[in-house]
Amino acid sequence: MLTALADPTRRAIFERLAESPSAVGELARELPVSRPAVSQHLKVLKEAGLVVDRPAGTRRVYSVDPAGIGTIRDYFEQFWQQALVRFRIAATQPTQEEE
Amino acid sequence: MTTQVDATSVATAIDVEAPVEHAFRVFTDGIGSWWNPSHHILEAELAEMVFEPYVGGHIIDRGTDGSECRWARVLAYDPPRLVCFSWDISLSWQLETDPAKTSEIEVTFTPDGPSRTRVVLTHRNLDRHGDGWESMRDAVKEGWSLDAFAAVAAA
Repeated sequence: MLTALADPTRRAIFERLAESPSAVGELARELPVSRPAVSQHLKVLKEAGLVVDRPAGTRRVYSVDPAGIGTIRDYFEQFWQQALVRFRIAATQPTQEEE
Repeated sequence: MTTQVDATSVATAIDVEAPVEHAFRVFTDGIGSWWNPSHHILEAELAEMVFEPYVGGHIIDRGTDGSECRWARVLAYDPPRLVCFSWDISLSWQLETDPAKTSEIEVTFTPDGPSRTRVVLTHRNLDRHGDGWESMRDAVKEGWSLDAFAAVAAA
């Protein structure tokens, strides 16, 4: 199962929001992604607890969730996935005693 | 494969083509053979890692300048089935000296036949690290980058 940030487009949106809060339209203008696709990615990020949104006039402005537990979880999830892949490679190498 | 356990923990599992004793030994004694050498909080480059194989021991990073960082306390050591250790690193990437503000990692090793082992790693109590999103964000942008993780997840 890929996590919310494993998708490169979502990661780009997330990193862009980490720099400054933005509305859907701004993100769609700056990134090579259609407006509906941006909305869909934001929905996934929001459900993953990575971003929050608030109304600003007629728009909704998205920003990275300051509470951050979702972010921390996502970070460590991917951290350990990567670590265990490295571990598996090491554990399946022939040992020196066997050689 | 990853399973999220609850709001404050994460779990991930992997199947390894190795007997359970060997998998356990590589994970603990052989930690330096698989741990990403860029993942440390020493000033110097990482020279070696030591996993002290007993409850009350530590996982120790040693730098090329002789410095040491004891970033984990061994909380359970039950070869070849279980090891548990703390994560004594704050979200601002400093050594955390208050155990109440540390999380913990439990790893179980379950044989699936004589030459295959299922390894399940659970990192829990992540909320104990408290606030610190900004520093986590900076770390993600710099050293311990998400790009590397994404590359693995997509592989």
